[in-house]
Amino acid sequence: MMKPTLLHRLAVPLLCFAAAANTAYAQLSIEITGAGANRLPIAVADFAGERIVSQALTSVVRADLERSGLFLLTDPGATPLAETASINYADWKSRGADALVVGSVMPQAGGGASRYETRFLLHDVQKQVALGGQTYVSNAGQLRVAAHRVADFIYEKLLHEPGIFSTRIAYVVKSTGRYELQVADADGMNAQTALTSREPIISPTWSPDGANLAYVSFEAKKPIVYVHSLVTGQRHVAANFKGSNSAPAWSPDGKKLAVVLSKDGGSQLFLVNADGSGLARLASSAGIDTEPQFSPDGQFIYFTSDRGGSPQIYRIPATGGDAQRITFEGNYNVTPRISPDSKSMAYVARTNGRFQLALMDLATRQTQILTDSSRDESPSFAPNGRMIIYATEIAGRGVLAAVSSDGRVKQKLSVQAADVREPAWGPFVK
Amino acid sequence: MRKLFLAVSASLILAACSTQPPAPEQTGAKVEDRTPAAVKAEATPVAPPSAGEYSLAMLKDPKSILSKRSVFFDLDQYVIKDEFKPLVEAHAKLLVANPQVKMLIQGNADERGSREYNLALGQKRAEALKKTLILLGGKEAQIEAVSLGKEKPRCTEHNETCWAENRRDDMLYTGEF
Repeated sequence: MMKPTLLHRLAVPLLCFAAAANTAYAQLSIEITGAGANRLPIAVADFAGERIVSQALTSVVRADLERSGLFLLTDPGATPLAETASINYADWKSRGADALVVGSVMPQAGGGASRYETRFLLHDVQKQVALGGQTYVSNAGQLRVAAHRVADFIYEKLLHEPGIFSTRIAYVVKSTGRYELQVADADGMNAQTALTSREPIISPTWSPDGANLAYVSFEAKKPIVYVHSLVTGQRHVAANFKGSNSAPAWSPDGKKLAVVLSKDGGSQLFLVNADGSGLARLASSAGIDTEPQFSPDGQFIYFTSDRGGSPQIYRIPATGGDAQRITFEGNYNVTPRISPDSKSMAYVARTNGRFQLALMDLATRQTQILTDSSRDESPSFAPNGRMIIYATEIAGRGVLAAVSSDGRVKQKLSVQAADVREPAWGPFVK
Repeated sequence: MRKLFLAVSASLILAACSTQPPAPEQTGAKVEDRTPAAVKAEATPVAPPSAGEYSLAMLKDPKSILSKRSVFFDLDQYVIKDEFKPLVEAHAKLLVANPQVKMLIQGNADERGSREYNLALGQKRAEALKKTLILLGGKEAQIEAVSLGKEKPRCTEHNETCWAENRRDDMLYTGEF
């Protein structure tokens, strides 16, 4: 009925992943539907040597930068340029590039045939200086990983915030009678299945170190919270009490989970150690309390409650105490998600029967609706706070979409012939 | 020859990989399909209690009120409506007459809004039914109230008729969950 699979170890599941990757069915495809107002013009030249090993490397870098909506890719010409090449800045300036990336991909000296060194150098064409570069060593099969690292370096150097191209996303694919919890690279590639079940899987959420997913599975005819190691494929029950167990949220130190249990009646907030021990009640109310979420500094727990008569967002100190109401507009505000800098909150607001992703500035309480869709659910911030991924519906199909926190950059992520839902953006990769 | 072997093993692997689990067990499908209106129309007074009349066999007897297993709710509500009282009383009597039997109540919600909030709403509905059954003599240890939220809709169209059918508690007995 249900099949936890090892992501990296067992040969058969690996073959399964390979087979699945060949079908369009499993492919999460990303379509850019909106871009930033001021995009930085950049040329990424073909790297010296990459045509022999993998044409894909600089294509991956370019696709990453393009997808962010913050770069305008200019024509890099047909000539591969190594990091050692001398640069004619005036020439690149006349071709419209403010920045230029050059590099090489070479077999590693003494590293055997399958190890490669990717070197690159980023130039500021306007200031006519090199901004720096890196060397990454990888297996032939991991050149995409190196490419994402290159894109992250460029992004951070030019935009002064960390890139998220090396991060991963988790989500649930629902096809007829089948639910799959999958993990893919942020560009939708390399999708791998962590869990397959005949019963629903909801609310996946990443541990802060990116090694585990907590989620809710209905495989036992009721909701139970599991913690699943992506490294070993092993999992354990974190909360299985009488009644329903749901809505896991990691504490920033990764040691505890806030969970919602109905064991004492009602849906109420509890804290439990990630191994399932040390259960303690966090708050009490006569109504529904659910969807807990720690603030990034660990000080507060935001949650949804109907204690005031309609579902609204509240927060309590993580050590317990009085609840403070956060949302007041409208009669349905749910699923609070706090930005990594703690300054804003993404949530879902119902307005005239439409469920839309909204963003609140927590200092001024100003709110902004970020989408024009009507079935938005389950927002999740990218770890640099720039994008928010969420689930929505287009033409009756479940798709994922991402929008920048300023509402300008928009992407759609879909899988052919299946519903995709419950996205969770993973943490930075160290 | 070697090519053949490769082809065969490849197809074996593919077969192993593509083995799809069969369609899910729709627990909801075990209960009689009724709209709230239909249930109301057929609600009949229950005969006076007599242990013998509340045997487990009656759960499968279409002529018995006990074959009905669903209670329906209004939008955003978790109050058991009067029209379902005879049905709930009959199930309470079955629990009293058969103390070894256990019941799982699965609460459900319509498809609109947050998955976790709907899970909590389904839980409220399941607990409202559990509370009523306990007031009527069912034992706490006999009954577990859980929620499926909006995850297992019995009706999948996007209209009010469907939503009304999905705002529902189902009562499952030992052997059915």
